[in-house]
Amino acid sequence: MNTDIVKLESVSVSFGDKEVVKKVTFNLHTNCITTIIGPNGAGKTTLVKTVLGLVKPTAGSVWKQSDLVIGYVPQKLHIDKTFPLTVKRFLKISRDISQQDIEKAVESVNISKLLDNSIHGLSGGEMQRVMIARALLREPQLLVLDEPVQGVDINGQIELYQLISDIRKERGCSVLMISHDLHLVMSATDHVICMNQHVCCSGHPEKITSDPSYIDLFGPASAKTMALYSHHHNHDHNLHGDVLPEQATEHSHSQECQH
Amino acid sequence: MYYDFLIYALVGGIGLAIVAGPLGSFVVWRRMSYFGDSLAHSALLGVAIGIFLEINMNLAIIGCCLLLALLLVAMQKQRIIATDTLLGIMAHSSLSLGLVTLSFIEDARVDLMAFLFGDLLAIVPQDLVWIAIGGLAILALLYRYWPQLIAMTINEELAAVEGVKIERVRLLLMLMIALVIAVAMKIVGILLITSLLIIPAASARPLSKSPEQMACLASLIGCASVVMGLLASYEYDTPAGPSVVVAAMVIFVGIYLLPKKYANQN
Repeated sequence: MNTDIVKLESVSVSFGDKEVVKKVTFNLHTNCITTIIGPNGAGKTTLVKTVLGLVKPTAGSVWKQSDLVIGYVPQKLHIDKTFPLTVKRFLKISRDISQQDIEKAVESVNISKLLDNSIHGLSGGEMQRVMIARALLREPQLLVLDEPVQGVDINGQIELYQLISDIRKERGCSVLMISHDLHLVMSATDHVICMNQHVCCSGHPEKITSDPSYIDLFGPASAKTMALYSHHHNHDHNLHGDVLPEQATEHSHSQECQH
Repeated sequence: MYYDFLIYALVGGIGLAIVAGPLGSFVVWRRMSYFGDSLAHSALLGVAIGIFLEINMNLAIIGCCLLLALLLVAMQKQRIIATDTLLGIMAHSSLSLGLVTLSFIEDARVDLMAFLFGDLLAIVPQDLVWIAIGGLAILALLYRYWPQLIAMTINEELAAVEGVKIERVRLLLMLMIALVIAVAMKIVGILLITSLLIIPAASARPLSKSPEQMACLASLIGCASVVMGLLASYEYDTPAGPSVVVAAMVIFVGIYLLPKKYANQN
């Protein structure tokens, strides 16, 4: 049985008068990939930052396993051009990190040849890999990625998803990630949480490996790494994101990660 | 000896340039030059308080700069007024407060020009002790907190997740800059201190591939500017501070005019 490493108990976050996250409850377990999906402004990044401890919840509680090491890959990393920085120097986060550690980390994300490059000339996909390498150097038990495939083309997305699931397999760490797509998630995902301020629904994604129309469209490699998530909302939102009065409850919020 | 004052100024200036290199790099990276300016302006208030209360002037200046840095950190927590506005208010209020206070002291023979633009003759051996103590303390702190300072400069949130105490390290950086400004006042003067921080660092940027390289090069360029400027000041009887800044500017322009193959501009 997997043990919990993070527990969120009806967490709410407000900025001023605006409640961005409303009473969200979920657990993260060991060796489990959780994907958060939701429209723009749904509070996904805020929720993840609450897990990271960067944002304090206005209500509710966040429990983390003691000494939990988290590797964080932010959505975008803007490094000022006035700051001279090579990939190698970026990865040397502390004096204790050796040349071998860095070489191992860059090998696992396939960026060995970029080591001496300046960080300012990297492409979006390369930068994501460099940031993942930095996160891995901390030997994390939980890897948190904020929209890792945003701005990366479909082949790059497949490669990055493949890389993330390889990392999980190899290291057995848990992964919490935000996906920019409402319906396509990484197939290795164990648990999908769809949120729009509050949790709308959650569950497992469906494998699409066998769906011929999808394979025609994106090719077999994509079908293996992507999965479809079908939503089962019991309510609708208006344009402001507020929940509309319920008509009939069809589904209950349930289905946790099961292995 | 007759040349003593020149030696003192050179030793003091070089000591200052060494610590100004890495700190100035942070000022450039983190866009804090307006912050440096504001602290420098408040140094005049320190001078006035020092004379008024008849306490050690160096102590009064350092105290005043540190106090302003702390006040700024506290005031930044409110969100109604932006930091640059806040800095503008503090800079000019403290400068004016200093000038007004000085005007109340009747018998004080204060050479205002010396405070504003620096004065070679103002440096006495006692100042060198201050520069040595302050400089060594800053270098030790920089070495101790270098990885955290660099991580915070790359990205504050990433650094926070990696366990850096952001608030503490940010405050430490501000206090170190305040200390350097307090000590630098006698040599380059209140109005020109920020340039001693940012011009060498900006000159070092196109020649550097790593933050450490940039910090060290900035120190070297700062030393060269101090030596060139002070010697010129002695030779041609020009004001000390502006001469050092002109020397730094000449080096800066020279480096940016270098053909691209010598300077990597990524």
